Amino acid sequence: MTKQVVTLNRVVIRFAGDSGDGMQLTGDRFTSETAGLGNDLSTLPDFPAEIRAPAGTIGGVSAFQLAFADHDITTPGDAPNVLVAMNPAALKANIKDLPRGADIILNTDEFTKRNLEKVGYTANPIEDGSLEPYNVHAIALTSQTVEALKGFDLSKKEAERSKNMYALGLLCWLYSRPAEGTRTFLEKKFGKKPEILAANLAAFEAGWSFGETTEVFSVQYEVAKADDLPEGLYRNIMGNPALAYGLIAASKRSGLPLFLGSYPITPASDILHELAKNHRFGVTTFQAEDEIAGIGSAIGAAYGGALAVTTTSGPGIALKSEAIGLAVSLELPLIVVDVQRGGPSTGLPTKTEQSDLLQAMFGRNGESPVPIVAPQSPSDCFYAAMEAARIAVEYRTPVFLLSDGYIANGSEPWKVPSVDDLPTIDPSFATGPNHVTDSGEEVFWPYKRDEDTLARPWAIPGTKGLEHRIGGLEKADGTGNISYDADNHDQMVRLRQGKVDAIAKTIPDLVVDDPDGNARVLVLGWGSTYGPIGAACEITRRTGVAVAQAHLRHLNPFPSNLGEVLRSYDKVLVPEMNLGQLAMLLRAKYLVDIQGINQVRGMPFKSTELVSAITDAISSL
Amino acid sequence: MTATYLNLIPKTDVELAAKDFKSDQEVRWCPGCGDYSILSNVQGFLPELGLAKENIVFISGIGCSSRFPYYMNTFGMHSIHGRAPAIATGLAATRPDLSIWVVTGDGDALSIGGNHLIHALRRNVNLKILLFNNRIYGLTKGQYSPTSEQGKITKSTPEGSLDYSFNPVSLALGAEATFVARTIDSDRKHMTEVLRAAAHHEGTSLVEIYQNCNIFNDGAWEPLKDGDTRDDMMMRLEHGQPIRFGKDMEKGVIRTHDGHIAVADVAEVGEDAVIRHDAHAKDPGLAFALSRLSNPRTLENTPIGIFRDIERPSYDRLVREQLAEVQAKQGEGDLQALLTGGDTWNVS
Repeated sequence: MTKQVVTLNRVVIRFAGDSGDGMQLTGDRFTSETAGLGNDLSTLPDFPAEIRAPAGTIGGVSAFQLAFADHDITTPGDAPNVLVAMNPAALKANIKDLPRGADIILNTDEFTKRNLEKVGYTANPIEDGSLEPYNVHAIALTSQTVEALKGFDLSKKEAERSKNMYALGLLCWLYSRPAEGTRTFLEKKFGKKPEILAANLAAFEAGWSFGETTEVFSVQYEVAKADDLPEGLYRNIMGNPALAYGLIAASKRSGLPLFLGSYPITPASDILHELAKNHRFGVTTFQAEDEIAGIGSAIGAAYGGALAVTTTSGPGIALKSEAIGLAVSLELPLIVVDVQRGGPSTGLPTKTEQSDLLQAMFGRNGESPVPIVAPQSPSDCFYAAMEAARIAVEYRTPVFLLSDGYIANGSEPWKVPSVDDLPTIDPSFATGPNHVTDSGEEVFWPYKRDEDTLARPWAIPGTKGLEHRIGGLEKADGTGNISYDADNHDQMVRLRQGKVDAIAKTIPDLVVDDPDGNARVLVLGWGSTYGPIGAACEITRRTGVAVAQAHLRHLNPFPSNLGEVLRSYDKVLVPEMNLGQLAMLLRAKYLVDIQGINQVRGMPFKSTELVSAITDAISSL
Repeated sequence: MTATYLNLIPKTDVELAAKDFKSDQEVRWCPGCGDYSILSNVQGFLPELGLAKENIVFISGIGCSSRFPYYMNTFGMHSIHGRAPAIATGLAATRPDLSIWVVTGDGDALSIGGNHLIHALRRNVNLKILLFNNRIYGLTKGQYSPTSEQGKITKSTPEGSLDYSFNPVSLALGAEATFVARTIDSDRKHMTEVLRAAAHHEGTSLVEIYQNCNIFNDGAWEPLKDGDTRDDMMMRLEHGQPIRFGKDMEKGVIRTHDGHIAVADVAEVGEDAVIRHDAHAKDPGLAFALSRLSNPRTLENTPIGIFRDIERPSYDRLVREQLAEVQAKQGEGDLQALLTGGDTWNVS
């Protein structure tokens, strides 16, 4: 049966089910097929902290949202056009996000009295008319999967487990996605279990054929390749692997062996996993006994001349604070990765937030300045990691890399860079004496600074004649010997601050995007809000209203022209997934009023909510 | 024990003496502190290893003992409270060409840093840990420590401490440390022998050093030092030798009928009943039992010497071997291939 094919520009699909239903895998596979077709895309996984939350409950719903388009997009979309709901909980948890007219694909097998009651439905929504505003496709996904697999030697339970592949097959047909990648993937994953492999392939094919033959779907859709992306070779990438690749690239481009000291924590653990998969690059991964040992071992490795990294999330940073202070005092290169999540305390482990900015900035005893770099998208984690490594190595300082759960687990197409085009990093270890005493003796002073960068020499053990002692006690300027002298301390505090401030000389000026050139309102963001802010500004401009956008990659120090930029607008809006942490820094430093747009709902901003905030701000000028 | 790890460390090209290991910094421990003799013993011992001075690193935490690195003319780091084993682990895992020593105290190693200590021991990281035990907090001016005897009257425990104390040797053996020894600050010869064995051991060597704090806990180990009581109180463990002590070697350690060990009169039980010390026994049982013989309050039946010295690959060696194996199997990483990945498409 030939069906009508409708061409769409942009589609947002949300897969939702129990946390054991395999929704993340289904989403990942659909994303891969979509990337392979050359659509631009953006993804947003959203899952509970529990590995298997109680089945059928709202709290146990795991979802994966994907936007794909025939043009450049920066967000996973505000509202899904299509919801795949594997059970009543998934429907209930997600229905509020659906616009009228959206498609809903429901697994009717799960809409039993008991399951409906579990989430508080008094009547079956498929039958009571409450879904009338939507385009409902009620399909018995589970029993159709079991039926398709009846020739296999599988228990009913095992057969049911393949229902996500059945759903994936159906969706791949519906949106004209190729099936080859999924076949290859399944062969790789279940190669050693031929029966399970065959069952999953059969379920996938059955879902596909069902779409082709059923009258439930009268049309099939297609989305053309995105044609406004720069030319080149592309792949899809998530933030955490991109960050890990950036660290490996920094290791190669600096000639320093990479060392990771880390303790598992959501949502940062995948960086540890990714680096552990890449030992062939000479990467040492050390799973420490706790967060403190994670950073402690990294400091030890840095002392020995490695490119040293520790990875964690907010609660881990709290534990590492004293050691970060030690790295500030020792002036050793160190990359501290914080993949932020909802706080305080254990907070929301699997939800995103940007609320560690002030912790990164000030969360230590004493005057303890640490540079901060924040990636703006999943693929940008790669370049931000390289930039953090550059600053750490060249300025002999710990550097914060502030990612967050949204970009860590989200994905987007990435134009694969050529290794030869990546920047190089110069560690320039100390090799001999750097000072002549009054008596004419050539000596090594561990705290004699480079005049330009104020960085101290990096003299690693094993270098003849450079034996010296360093520590967390205050040091005399130059010699590095213990000093309790009041004036020396005042000077050392200022020198350490001055060194971090001087990094601004190597940071590009903040670039403002204001296509009309006459905007009076600037929207300034940092980190993962880049996508939603960009989309919101674009939508606002389409209504004929001028608005300027700029995004900060360096949070400490700020780019040199930031004050000038802020003062050239009548109003500055700062959207943040916190209660105004960047806004506080900007007000304090530049005495410019800032209007914050703040939410801490554990999810990225929706472009529409930003559009209305921007529009309100402009109309109130 | 063959110390193959020492072959990975460059040798000195000039003959070194104790004075070469003295830094130009003024030593600031209290006059009379037991730390002086330990410093002098270490400086006196190190030349015999024949290692290049720049390949020796001392890492410490916080406390009186942790000032040690400042006085050594080697590479050194005075870090933060309790974390020295963690920091040294990162260094050891990445630099096989270094001889790494950790200097710590009873508070640093067993209170704030207890977690790092046990994990370094179980991993068998190639570190030589010198634990100066004076049973008191010195730098914070005299609070009880985790090795203080129960009931200790200090500024923070005016009615006596309530905590039951740690025995560092028992703790280390419980963590299955591969080298565990105890020595005493006043016995230069014994300490040098123990340091030598510790230095030649591949993996974590834990050396507990009974050290006197003459300001806040003077005489804590006096029964083990006083010529009148010493021989009665203290037994010297020597591998392969019967464990006997006492002024006339009249006491010996025997196995009791219920499988425990006890101190007995050799004349009564006969020489053949005395246990021979076996520091190389795979099973830490005997070493542990020996560590439990001493009375923490009176110090009666205190063993010193090497409790345990067994071979097990060090953590850092395993790290290096695993990296080498992966590279041999997969080849050195190709960064461009990594970045490109498996699924790509062209935009033209």
